[in-house]
Amino acid sequence: MREHTVLRIVSQFVIAPILLYAFYVQFHGEYSPGGGFQAGVILATAIILYGLIFGVEAARVAVPPTLLRIGASLGLLIYGGTGVATILLGGNFLDYDRLAAHGGQYYGLIVIELGVGITVASVMIAIFYVFAGRGRQNNPDEDEDHGQADDYDADDIT
Amino acid sequence: MITAFFNQMPVLVVVVPLLAAPLCVLAHRAFAAWLLYVLASWSAFGMAFLLFVQAKIAGQVSYAVGDWAPPFGIELVIDTYSALVLLLVTGVAALTGIYARKSIASEITIEREYLVFALMLLCLAGLIGITVTGDAFNLFVFLEISSLSSYALIAMGPKRRALLSSFQYLIMGTVGGTFLLIGIGLIFMMTGTLNMADLAERLPGVYDTRTVQAGLAFVVVGLSLKAALMPAHIWLPNAYTYAPSTVSAFIAATATKVAVYALFRFVFTIFGVGYAFGSLPLGTLLLTLAAISMIAGSLASIFQTDVKRLLAWSSVAQMGYIVAGFALASTAGVSAGLVHLLNHGIIKGALFMAVGAMIWRVRASSINDLAGLGRAMPLTSAAFVVGGLSLIGVPATAGFISKWALLSALFEAGRYGVMAVLLVASLLSIIYVGRVIEALYFRPLPDDVSHHQHGEAPLGMQVATWALIAINIAIGVHATPELEATGRAAALLVGGGT
Repeated sequence: MREHTVLRIVSQFVIAPILLYAFYVQFHGEYSPGGGFQAGVILATAIILYGLIFGVEAARVAVPPTLLRIGASLGLLIYGGTGVATILLGGNFLDYDRLAAHGGQYYGLIVIELGVGITVASVMIAIFYVFAGRGRQNNPDEDEDHGQADDYDADDIT
Repeated sequence: MITAFFNQMPVLVVVVPLLAAPLCVLAHRAFAAWLLYVLASWSAFGMAFLLFVQAKIAGQVSYAVGDWAPPFGIELVIDTYSALVLLLVTGVAALTGIYARKSIASEITIEREYLVFALMLLCLAGLIGITVTGDAFNLFVFLEISSLSSYALIAMGPKRRALLSSFQYLIMGTVGGTFLLIGIGLIFMMTGTLNMADLAERLPGVYDTRTVQAGLAFVVVGLSLKAALMPAHIWLPNAYTYAPSTVSAFIAATATKVAVYALFRFVFTIFGVGYAFGSLPLGTLLLTLAAISMIAGSLASIFQTDVKRLLAWSSVAQMGYIVAGFALASTAGVSAGLVHLLNHGIIKGALFMAVGAMIWRVRASSINDLAGLGRAMPLTSAAFVVGGLSLIGVPATAGFISKWALLSALFEAGRYGVMAVLLVASLLSIIYVGRVIEALYFRPLPDDVSHHQHGEAPLGMQVATWALIAINIAIGVHATPELEATGRAAALLVGGGT
């Protein structure tokens, strides 16, 4: 869809605000509607839109799959690690009050929501890559043999 | 420090495997992931043992997650019933760790190995979570964690059919999970609470409403799907057949057992014995389904040509035995059901491990391919024979203990028809175990096949298989500790719920 001028220009304008909005939802989640899950999905839609307009390969360069693998596991570790930290501070698992003298619940929520956001965004983008990249990753030799077929593939996706 | 550790153990037993899973993914190396799996599963096993002892001394271990007081926050509760199932799950998982290295390497490409271990850790965390939680909704969440990871694990099987069977399991499993969620939603609607102990207190006031009756029905159907009780067993044979051998052994020994645990946790602890088995005819219903499971599962097993599928169908039959015990709703019956739940987990785990070792050698799983392996792999074949005898219920094996307990409980309850069915099903099991043994010992090794060049399975696979066989024999010879523990759990379930 690179050749569609309208789509290309509009998405160039839209992607940055989407990313910004994701961070807004992320960091206001603990006292207003929203939170890590929603923010993660919104962040992922920005990347998915980029992939749809400029091609999956471009998206893969911008957000490499290795980063997603690290992000997906890091988010869970942040969430669980918060729980372990509260245990080490002498409380029960996820007892946020131990994190700070005042507003421990507040800080605790921010941290775990950040973990949720990172994992959700990574997994959503990873799912998009898997579906969009279907047929090329599975048989890489075939791609080399039939360069023509690969082009058809790309047309189908974009 | 030590007391702090003991206080945190109920949650740590879940958190350790849960956090080891993302570490596996970060490590990205097959060996590191395997090492993490072994460390996490063995430490979970150690904690499970300590929790079992704690539950024995204190009667019940309780833990408030996030320090929110029980009826409002999530509570973890470990009594003897959950501690026994916890021991089975973590024990099998720990031994699977020793077994897994070579078996996984032969069936899955090295780039994906770390994913298998990460998923197995997630599945383990989910199964442990189900057993330790004291919150109905939390149980559903953990059930989904274990189910989702097991779908992915089964899909990693070496044959392409694995994808289809995983999808089949996914559909059935999701229906089961949704039914459970609807059931929990209905009882939440009537009581306004999700804590199991609190539910048990509040439900008697609203027993006579359609909502609660429907809630029980949804919970029973949903968890029966997960436990593969007869009309809902259709996902099981394919899933066990096409999963990687390690995964088959792990899931066959734990997943359906934990589903049965959850089913009777709901029925006995939350809804109460008097309600489910007194005012509603759940006992008769479950006994009938169990009897059909025993016969149909054993019959189907006889006609299988694939040895993993044969064991899978036998699992369907064995689930019938387990459910029959619980469905009697007497102390003896529940105790017998629980004994068979544990014993069958140990037996089936060992059998799937032995078969996995043979598949590792022959690279095929049809019974004909196993011809003559009794000479090429004497130790593994011997392990299969002992496991098979235990499955039939020969004295001095764990299978005998549980069948004897079941028969005497059925006799006590006057269910002579089910007794007859159980004996017939045991006779049928001689046939299907016999078919495999016949192929192993009474057929010649095919001359033309080069990979038969003798040689046993790797040491790790042997050790894990024989460890389970040894436990099996130990229970068969001296069952008093196990029977005493299950008796305590049964008294707790049957006595506490009314």
